Formats: sequence, structure tokens, C-alpha cells
Amino acid sequence: MTLPIRPNRGANIDITDVTKTYGRFVALRDVSIDIRQGEFMTFLGPSGSGKTTMLNMIAGFTEISGGDIRIGGNSLAGLPAHKRNIGVVFQHYALFPHMTVYKNIAYPLTLRKIPKAERDKQVRAIMQMVKLEDFAHRYPSELSGGQQQRVALARALVFDPPLLLMDEPLGALDKKLRDWLQLEIRRIHRVLGTTFVYVTHDQEEALTLSDRIAVFNNGRIEQIGTGRELYDEPKTLFVGTFIGESSVLRGPLEVIGDASALTICGTKVHCRQRPVTTGDQVILIRPEKIALYGQPADVPAGMNRLTGVVSESLYLGSAVKYDVKLADDTTVIARVGLTQTQYGIGDTVVVAWDPADSRLLPDTALADRSLT
Amino acid sequence: MSAWLKVCLYLSTAFVLFVLIAPTLVIVPISFTGRESLAFPPVGVSWRWYANFFSNEAWLASLLTSLQVATGAAVLATCAGTAAGLGISRLGRRAGGLLRGLLISPMIIPSIVIAIGVYAVFLDAHLTGTYIGFVLAHAMVAVPFVVIAVSANLAVYDTRLETAASSLGASRWVIFRTVTLPLILPGVLSGFLFAFVASFDEVIISLFISDPHMTTLPVRIFNSMTRDADPTVAAVGTMIFVGTTLVIGIGLYAGMKKK
Repeated sequence: MTLPIRPNRGANIDITDVTKTYGRFVALRDVSIDIRQGEFMTFLGPSGSGKTTMLNMIAGFTEISGGDIRIGGNSLAGLPAHKRNIGVVFQHYALFPHMTVYKNIAYPLTLRKIPKAERDKQVRAIMQMVKLEDFAHRYPSELSGGQQQRVALARALVFDPPLLLMDEPLGALDKKLRDWLQLEIRRIHRVLGTTFVYVTHDQEEALTLSDRIAVFNNGRIEQIGTGRELYDEPKTLFVGTFIGESSVLRGPLEVIGDASALTICGTKVHCRQRPVTTGDQVILIRPEKIALYGQPADVPAGMNRLTGVVSESLYLGSAVKYDVKLADDTTVIARVGLTQTQYGIGDTVVVAWDPADSRLLPDTALADRSLT
Repeated sequence: MSAWLKVCLYLSTAFVLFVLIAPTLVIVPISFTGRESLAFPPVGVSWRWYANFFSNEAWLASLLTSLQVATGAAVLATCAGTAAGLGISRLGRRAGGLLRGLLISPMIIPSIVIAIGVYAVFLDAHLTGTYIGFVLAHAMVAVPFVVIAVSANLAVYDTRLETAASSLGASRWVIFRTVTLPLILPGVLSGFLFAFVASFDEVIISLFISDPHMTTLPVRIFNSMTRDADPTVAAVGTMIFVGTTLVIGIGLYAGMKKK
């Protein structure tokens, strides 16, 4: 049996100045995102950041307070959820317990009055795609969590929606199953070409799956970009600290031509950028950009350098992660390859990095990773 | 626990069970009595009181009335009670609790109080001795049974399934038909059974709203008892006892098998 593959039939979604208020509480403020045809877009953010609210408004489960959402150019305003033709996968699976796997998957086709023969063909094809052919006559209660979520995925895709929404679909599964299902979801996305919108608080999951990521914080969009853009060129301190690990340095600012420097523990730390806003600035550095040296004399010329004491070292298998405490109590995180010189806790070391790897950002709120 | 205490416990349990069941079981031998008397123990054996029931048009008419009224009342109470149960589950705790209390009040308020009220209104509305009158009055008494049975089912019903169904293209009515109703059906059916039995068994309100042309079976039994103590009532009682036991028993068995 061949799969009904119709590539690139996903819809583009224009989210324009969308606002959601509950009484005086503003859950979302002026959110605008353009999602391209067939794109895998992830809404990433801590709980309460508004990402699920945004998803629910696209699905039609939550009313929109202001702004507009368009799918393929058509506004969704006033259209009830059951007329939107959007697939939705929930964290809690939401399979109908009184129907078999086959009946669950056929449900949207039955509602659309698809003739029986055609319906059967489509159900069989999608069951093959999610590798559940042998489970047609089982009931959801007889399946594992991973199997149930694949049924839910098949049911949300069988009616060929131009857009699939997923709300933390892997949140209830264990790590191994999650990793495998992530690959499955990527494969299905590649094959179908449907536009996917995926909600998660897990930055690793977002980086693994997405073409682009929209980072939500406090009901606003912090930044939209590819995983690489968000990691290498964060535009806010929140994005820089939410995605990947980083060290944040604070000190008095000095603008030198097209570059700038912060004075940290009496030492000038350079950066190749000028501040884009007024007010306090910070320097953000990724741990793999930092090298450790035993003696200041060993550090190559032109590198930023700060002296500190190793307060923690963690063997990661492929590298060792060091926490280095500076004189002002700031902790710098360094990831050092196993072929480099290693240090012990209490050793005095010099942390050094290329000024090009310093990222100058306005000093705003950090991401509290404990909220994720 | 000592053996002696255990024996005492068994004996007292057996005594309570005997007291509960004995009055019902007394009517079974009486229904086969050979004499025209309700005296216990009966003298002789005969089927004549059963034959008498099935050959007497007045008895049969009241049985038919009871069955018709119970069916109508159970259907009405099941529809109203299911709708009410759904409504309550979607209301807040306070409003839902208040509404629930109101809806099950016919179970707590003495029947005689309800009977007087119903009679006063029905007399004016010319509903005494009518099919519609009986159905309305009995449905009111039966609604609490449906509300309780349906609410018990709704307590474990996941409303998030409705959100999922709507995303798959189901309107509210389709969601009710294809998701909600099938999942609460055990509660709806047991509510229907209890409602049917509650109506079939109802006597106090029925006494007030009966008239010579239209009477339910329990009212006819009561009248017969007070007039001539005919052992036919024991035969009727035995048949009702067996019938309701079967209905409820089958209902409970089906409900248990489902789980």
C-alpha cells in the first residue's frame, strides 16, 4: 500500500497582534508570528508564558481578545473549533475509550461522511505511517502511553489537515520513548509536508524538532528564529539563558568605537558589538567558547581573560564542565574537551575567550530554568 | 476476634436479614392459598388467585396503566435527569450543589406532602385520572434516581474528550451523540431502570390522583386490601416482587459485566 503523500500542502499561518486578556490579567500581548507553509514551528517558553494559550486560540478552544489569526489567508475569526479543520494532539492523548484504535482514527472521516471504502484506505494508510497496523481492534486502555500518542497523532492527521497543533505531546512519556517519538514526528512531518506547530517547555526538544522556534516569556514573544540563531545570536538575555547554558557577566560599560567593554573585577572584557539600547548591559558567553589556562602567560594575545577558582567539575563523558568562581562571586561555566589540560576543585585558573564570542545584551530578566 | 463473638455477629446479621426479607417472602405462600383469606400460614394449594388476576379486566387494566405510566415516566425522567446531570457537572461547585440538592429533593420530602401539592394543582388542571397526570407526577419522583446515577458516571467522565472531538470536526450535538452519551450510558440505563421501578412502585401520590377510570396497580392492590382482603393481592405482590427483582438484577449484572 502506498501512502497518500501530497507534499507541501501545508498552510501558512499569519498571527497578527494577537492579545488575550482574562479580566485585567493579560495572558498574551501583541503576539505576531508568521508561520510558513510546511514549516515545523515550536512555541517554546516556561509554564505561564502564554504558549499554550496561543495554541488554543489557533485551535479555537479559547477566544481571542484582539488581533487576527489567518490560515492560508483566511481569518479564523468567528469560526468554531469544529469547523477549522486543524489537527490537534494533546499531552493527555484524549482518545475515545469506548472506541477501538481503528474507530478512533476513523472518527474524523466518519464525521466528514467519507465513503466507507475510501475511509478504510485512509485509515489503513495512516496506521501504517504511525506503525500501528497490528493494533486496529485494540482499545486505548490496552495500549502503552507511546502507542496511545501515536493513535492520537494518526487521528489528528487522517483527515489531511493543512495544520497540525501539538501541545506538549511527549510530556507524559519517559525519556527513551520521547527521543524515539521525536524522530517519528520529524519523519512524519517530512513525509506529509503539513505545517506543524509544537508547544513545549523543553528547549532540547525544541532544538531537535523545529525549523524555527518562537520563544515566549510573560505573554510576549522574545525572539523568533532557527535553533542556531537563538543559540548563537540571542537578542535578549532571557533567550540567551533559556536556550543552552551560558555565563552572564555584569560590570560598568565603556563604548569604544564600534565595540564595547565591561570592567569585571578590575579587568576590561571586550566585545565586538555596540549596545543597541541605553541602560545596563551584560556579556553572555557559551561554555564551549571558553578555554582554561593554568598561567596568565599561557593565554594567547587578544583574548579576554579573567582569573577565578574552580568550584565544581562535572565529567560529562565527552567533555568536562567546570564552574569557575570569579572574585565578584560570578560563576563562569566552561566546557573543556578531554584532550585539554584538566583542573581540580580549588585550582586557580584563567578563563579566556575570543572577544568575538562575547555577546552584548541589555540587562533584563534572566530565564528561571526552574520554572520549566 | 473470638469464636463466640463471631457466632454472635453471624446470628445478628442473619436476624436483620430475616426481618428485612420476611414480609416479602410471606406473600409468596399466601398467594398459593386454597382459602379466600390472607391468613398466614396458608391452608391448601391452588393457582386460583393467579387465574383470578389474569381473568379480571379491572386488574389487567390497572397493570397496563402501571406499565404505560412507568414507561412514560421513566423516559421523561431519564431525559430530564440526564440533561440535569450534565448541566450540574458543568456548573460551579456552589451552583451545581444547590441545583443537585433541589433536583433530588423529591426523594427526601415526604411523599404525602408532594401528593397534597400535586393533587391541589392537578384538580384545577384536570389532570387527575389522566395518563399525562400520572406520567408527570411519577417522572418528578423518578428524576432523583436518574440524576444520582448519571452524576456518578459523569464524575469519572473526561470532558477533555469533548475538546478533542471538536478539533476533529464534531459539533456539540454530534459530540453528545458520539462521545458523551456512549460514555455515560451505563448511568443513563441504570437511572432508567430505577426510574421505571420508582414509578411502578409509587402509591401515595397515585392514590390521590387516581380516579375510578384510571388506577395504577399498587392503588388497586391498596383498594382491594381495604375492601375485601382478596388473596389476589398476594398473587399480584408476588409477581411484582419477582418482576422488579429480575429487572434490577439483570441491570446490576449487566453493569458489573461491563466493568
